[in-house]
Amino acid sequence: MNAMVEIQLIAAVTAAACAIPGVFLVLRKMALISDAISHSILPGLVIGFFITHDLASPWLIIFAAFSGIITVILVELIQKTGLVKEDTAIGLVFPALFSIGVILIAKNANDVHLDVDAVLLGDLAFAPFDRFLINGVDYGPKGLWIISVILVITLLLLVAFYKELKISTFDIGLSSALGFSPVIMHYGLMSVASVTTVAAFDAVGAILVVALMIAPAAAAYLLTTHLKKMMVLSIIFGVGSAIGGYWVARWLDASISGSITTVLGLLFLMIYLFAPSKGLIAVLLRQNRQRTEVSLLTFLLHLNNHDSIEERRVAHLQEHINWRKVRANAVLKLAEKNNMITIQDQVVSLTTKGRQFTEKALDYIITNEDEQIEDMKDDFFLFRG
Amino acid sequence: MELTDFFTDYTLRTITLGTAVLGAICGMLGSFAVLRKQSLLGDAISHAALPGIAIAFLITGAKDSNVLLLGALVSGLIGVFWIKGIVSKTHLKTDTALGLILSLFFGFGMLLLTFIQKQPNANQAGLDKYLFGQAATLVESDVTLMIIVTAISLVVMLLFWKEFKLLLFDKNYAMTLGFNTKFIDGLISFFIVLAIVIGLQTVGVVLMSAMLLAPAAAARQWTNSLGIMVILAAIFGAFSGVFGTAISASQSNLSTGPVIVLVAAVFVVISFVFSPGRGILFKQIRLIRNRRDLELKKTLYFMYDIVRKHEDISRPHAIKILNNFQGFTKGTLGKLVEKDWITIAGDNWSMTSEGFETAANLYNTNIPES
Repeated sequence: MNAMVEIQLIAAVTAAACAIPGVFLVLRKMALISDAISHSILPGLVIGFFITHDLASPWLIIFAAFSGIITVILVELIQKTGLVKEDTAIGLVFPALFSIGVILIAKNANDVHLDVDAVLLGDLAFAPFDRFLINGVDYGPKGLWIISVILVITLLLLVAFYKELKISTFDIGLSSALGFSPVIMHYGLMSVASVTTVAAFDAVGAILVVALMIAPAAAAYLLTTHLKKMMVLSIIFGVGSAIGGYWVARWLDASISGSITTVLGLLFLMIYLFAPSKGLIAVLLRQNRQRTEVSLLTFLLHLNNHDSIEERRVAHLQEHINWRKVRANAVLKLAEKNNMITIQDQVVSLTTKGRQFTEKALDYIITNEDEQIEDMKDDFFLFRG
Repeated sequence: MELTDFFTDYTLRTITLGTAVLGAICGMLGSFAVLRKQSLLGDAISHAALPGIAIAFLITGAKDSNVLLLGALVSGLIGVFWIKGIVSKTHLKTDTALGLILSLFFGFGMLLLTFIQKQPNANQAGLDKYLFGQAATLVESDVTLMIIVTAISLVVMLLFWKEFKLLLFDKNYAMTLGFNTKFIDGLISFFIVLAIVIGLQTVGVVLMSAMLLAPAAAARQWTNSLGIMVILAAIFGAFSGVFGTAISASQSNLSTGPVIVLVAAVFVVISFVFSPGRGILFKQIRLIRNRRDLELKKTLYFMYDIVRKHEDISRPHAIKILNNFQGFTKGTLGKLVEKDWITIAGDNWSMTSEGFETAANLYNTNIPES
């Protein structure tokens, strides 16, 4: 394997390993915990290094993951005192821990070959240089092995506890009633997130870990509300952006982790704009249509209430309901197209269909009973959903 | 380092003044962020400012800090509006939106920074000081800028004080009163972004959010009044800046940003523990005191139950008969004597008329507690 393929493999496996806990973090509204963890593993790393004096030691990962879990516990402790809200608690804990890490590094700059920049940003380009050797035989880059092992463990845990995770994510009450401790699920997920963050940050840096966890899951969440589909989609998005980002980085001769994040960002932007039914454009169109439909209904009700020809003149209507001309014309056209009204000599009158429809709508508004609405749903977008 | 250095050493004086002003403005505006439950917005914005700095540099090619900060301001504002767009138009929640903007913008910023580093422009060195901040690079013009921004935000805050307050605590009410809540909301966000951008050079992208949060979270513990909270937060912030600078200047190899953040964290811890109203310590003391009081009253009521079976309420009873009641100790008996509710003679106790009265009305909530 040459270095190019290895880098892409590491990036892709890391993306997949991050995407799985990321989906649950996004669904549990704990996305920012990943940010907190990714920063506060720093003191754990430094202390682990002081003890082992070996940057490649697996103890480092354990120490760092441990300080990630301490972050989660601290946040919860602070939150439990009720003195501040959860987000403030997160915002207080991780900068403090990160500062401790930075100071520890700075004070011992001579014997720590840790660089804060490297921790935050990582460097994929150098990942293939750290080889995994047994008896002098080269088994590929160490980073690839570490993150692959973590991906496998994550997948095994996911398969084993899928049902429990799913229930505790969507219905905490039900899950504790069924006897799955939400606390264990919570800390289990946090531990996986911590370990993944630690293993991944080495290759891609603390900030990209956050991006790899949150962005694919968020993009997938805009496309589906099915948990399994969401996971598959977010893994695809993550892996795709990782490989795409690598080539962008080669093309621009810039940081690989930066370009992977940028590709992820563009991907999210596209999905945010164009996702069917949940994207920005779809939402705006729907809101606009609903506004028109409400206007139409108001208009029909007005016609229904007034019999005199004076009240039903087109010009008068525009004034009376206080719509601007464009809007009034749009509503008129819509109503005419649906055979709800007829216009003769600038006087609007309801057709039989329009009258029936209005009566039905009135019934619904007055009684507010859901049965009334069932057959109206076919004619009218407004009442759907 | 001597104390007098603060007044004689030009660089140190500038830095100290700068960090103090920065702490004050961050504390002031941070109070609004904390109360609006937007604590982590600061974190997202500070990261989102990075690509702005890089783009401003790419366009102008000069390292004028004012231009770079303008770029940071613009990209921070774009970040804020995108966060608001995501939250209001999709079903993604605030935390996801913040995390997204934070990491995506920062990653893009890094891409640009590494791209700039490859450019043949000798000017590019030092852009990465915005990552971790270097208070040491503060010069007088930076401090002047900080003071101007602080003054402007102070004036705006005083002008819109009523509106800000209303929006913070009851947005719907503000809307019904006809205030343009979108405008006020945008104004607060704008000033929060401004404070963050100003602080980037000193404490850096990563730690900026703590500058915003910590003084405000500490101040929140001491008061329930917005005005006092804002003033306190500004004071805490300023002191964090001064102490942090002093500590980091007194030792070699200590970067200022992290030290300031840790000093602010100490303020937070002290406030959490020792604030009289909400602090953990006094809460615990109150809890214990209430529990004791409850035990005391339970004992009194138990005695009352015994006493009222007899005609003479002050008839002595053996202390022994209280033994099957769990809640009493020698100490509580002493307290009851102290309050003149009972008297003790040898192994016997007898209830006073005052004690009888109190016990009879113990569960009568209509009588105000004396």
